[in-house]
Amino acid sequence: RYYEYIFGHSWRRTWGRRPLAARAEPELFQLQVVIEARDPGCDRHPQLASSEAYHLTVTEPVAILKAPEVWGALRGLETFSQLVHEDDYGSVLVNESEINDFPRFAHRGVLLDTSRHYLPLKSILTNLDAMAFNKFNVLHWHIVDDQSFPYQSIYFPELSDKGAYSSNLIYTPTDVRVVIEYARLRGIRVIPEFDTPGHTQSWGKGQKDLLTPCYNGGQPTGSFGPVNPVWNTTYDFMTKFFKEISSVFPDEFIHLGGDEVDFSCWKSNPEVKEFMKKQGFGIDYAKLESYYVQNILDIVSSYNKGQMVWQEVFDHKAQLKPDTVVQVWMANNYARELSRVTGAGFTAVLSAPWYLDYISYGQDWKKYYSVEPLNFPGSEEQKKLLIGGEACLWGEFVDATNLTPRLWPRASAVGERLWSSSNVTNLQDAYKRLTNHRCRMLRRGIAAEPVFVGYCAHEAR
Amino acid sequence: AENEPSWETPCTKLLVYVSTPGCDGFPSLDSNESYKLSVSKGSMLLSAETIWGALRGLETFSQLVGRDENGTYYINETEIVDFPRFPHRGLLLDTSRHYLPLKAILETLDVMAYNKFNVFHWHIVDDPSFPYESSTFPELSKQGAFNAMTHVYTASDVRSVIEYARLRGIRVIAEFDTPGHTLSWGPGAPGLLTPCYMGKAPSGVYGPINPIVNSTYQFVTRLFQEVSTVFPDFFLHLGGDEVDFTCWKSNPEIRAFMVEMGLGQDYKKLESFYIQRLLDIVSSLGKGYIVWQEVFDNDVKLRPDTIIHVWKENNLQYLNEMANVTRSGYRALLSAPWYLNRISYGQDWIEAYKVEPLMFEGSPEQKALVIGGEACMWGEYVDVTNLTPRLW
Repeated sequence: RYYEYIFGHSWRRTWGRRPLAARAEPELFQLQVVIEARDPGCDRHPQLASSEAYHLTVTEPVAILKAPEVWGALRGLETFSQLVHEDDYGSVLVNESEINDFPRFAHRGVLLDTSRHYLPLKSILTNLDAMAFNKFNVLHWHIVDDQSFPYQSIYFPELSDKGAYSSNLIYTPTDVRVVIEYARLRGIRVIPEFDTPGHTQSWGKGQKDLLTPCYNGGQPTGSFGPVNPVWNTTYDFMTKFFKEISSVFPDEFIHLGGDEVDFSCWKSNPEVKEFMKKQGFGIDYAKLESYYVQNILDIVSSYNKGQMVWQEVFDHKAQLKPDTVVQVWMANNYARELSRVTGAGFTAVLSAPWYLDYISYGQDWKKYYSVEPLNFPGSEEQKKLLIGGEACLWGEFVDATNLTPRLWPRASAVGERLWSSSNVTNLQDAYKRLTNHRCRMLRRGIAAEPVFVGYCAHEAR
Repeated sequence: AENEPSWETPCTKLLVYVSTPGCDGFPSLDSNESYKLSVSKGSMLLSAETIWGALRGLETFSQLVGRDENGTYYINETEIVDFPRFPHRGLLLDTSRHYLPLKAILETLDVMAYNKFNVFHWHIVDDPSFPYESSTFPELSKQGAFNAMTHVYTASDVRSVIEYARLRGIRVIAEFDTPGHTLSWGPGAPGLLTPCYMGKAPSGVYGPINPIVNSTYQFVTRLFQEVSTVFPDFFLHLGGDEVDFTCWKSNPEIRAFMVEMGLGQDYKKLESFYIQRLLDIVSSLGKGYIVWQEVFDNDVKLRPDTIIHVWKENNLQYLNEMANVTRSGYRALLSAPWYLNRISYGQDWIEAYKVEPLMFEGSPEQKALVIGGEACMWGEYVDVTNLTPRLW
């Protein structure tokens, strides 16, 4: 596919034809790709610890791309495809180059939300392409939430039968496999998020007695709150459900959510109140939340999966596993949160300054680009615990009609921040490269929106 | 049973009756867009004074038709008498900051029709690029377009837009904004723009159109002669906004002119000098004109039938401007609260919807001078990749 990216758009294919007044200019005949490890990893899935380093030497007549693992080769191929350019006459050129490259951060993700709006498969796949062009390596699939449950579960088909927006707005097991494989071929991990105990309204449609019934004056109101942490059946369900998730999604991590749990419904429910008393939690419902979360962490651990959680889980003092990854998303004083999380010895992923759904007028890519993730008080060891970040595109106002232009090229700023060295910060230089990169994405079929006034030689249609 | 729908008589025909169609003409500010729609068992009638009203009624009719779970198309018994509150309901597109392919413009015209918009304000050229292919001055686009082969509107393109719009009852009002916003005109029209000075010598940078040389007015006359013929609407938008005086001030010839003409240090008077001559030229070509509010704010002498386009938004100040403009007897167009290019997070349609154009202090006669408004989609950050979802 990289051959197509490099030569595909060129409508003047000077294939073997030399311009009339040709000097004997050096020609590049071949790019050799060498994977150094004994087991290149081509049949496996990328992991957090995978090597994405590569060494690229471009010289005539043969260029060599060497990488320890296939994942590095993919990154190097992307770079090579960006080095190739066309002059005004349509000649395809590349400069003699020597590049030694590797990512600064190992976890470079994009969050997509397919619950607030269903995203057709095609739009997810197009987005994976764009992610590869920007060296992103994690798709954080926030697949279900309050509004809809599009994930078609094998064990619990009623969840999507009753919880999806409609019967055709679902992801079948095949759809999910397609996404995972499409991502894998681009060196992108797929981390699914099944957010509980909050953000679960849609789960209650297809799973009776999962959510907490809310009460008013001693009577159930008919509405429901977060997942009920008090019933054994909840944990029976979760055990079975996460067994399925663990086998469907090959990545070593599953995101368990844990954000924005509204305690008011729990507080209104007499069984819950009784349970609080029995457990000695007093009136501290954060303890109940932690009780629930710890049980889920245990369940998921037993399936040999690592867990990612939103910061509240850490903030409310749940007992996490040592390798739990905490995702910091609250914008207010996120540097302090990073210090706290890493200070407590946990790995962190940063999203707080990169909520790309928060659109605003003008060149907001600059503020995303200017974030320095390690700008927080902490020791060197602590800073090593910040393994990367994620650009989040929450779906309240986003679906297939506007996803691509809203995400790209703004997310490209985040991509560079997470890959490149900390001293690559010059905005004027970044502007030049970003506008060029945007035109390149257009050529490759990604409807990235303009950065500023101007034009691309090959416009979108 | 009594409440069951009676499916026996399917309605198969919508009769459209138009008293004075004028199907071969162009819509205008005075066009009558009223219509009546009558749907009852066995008969559906759409009647309108003009074809333009019939188009609006057709749109309404198409929105009334529903489809049930069995796939049956149905329509409720209906009696509608409808007409627009404001006769000028426009949309501005900017094809200079980014070129918009013809298809994108035509698609926008379709959606405008679905929303009963009736004016396409084509802000066709500006500082960054000049995509309009002029037959009188071909160098303008040859030198001023982003790419003279691929990023231009040929005469045929322009005709397509005008006709596509006409078939939807949409007027096309072209804006050739001067004397500011004209950097892209410079390369193809040497001597048109003011050379800026750094001390005694030209800096190599150019500013607004040079108002003190006769060649400017010869050029403007010939260009607008062409534009007047190409665009059939009675109105042209002449711009006149955001003129930066620094370049004029730096130019010694202009400074000398100011002294000669007794304009003192008031460069607004120089701007007025240019605008007045421009308005006279355009008038003599038999066109009416719309100008941005600065032209009114800077006390330019205007024809009574000038339309002032209110765009500056600063804490609801635009309502004062609307009052001032109408109090002075001019017709007003409102855009200030409707700059749709200024995106923000959330359901911002609500703020746009809440705007009440007539919420200012003034007599009923004054308020009658507000002929409508325009949603503006300036192009700094917009091209075909994001135009449609940003606008609609």
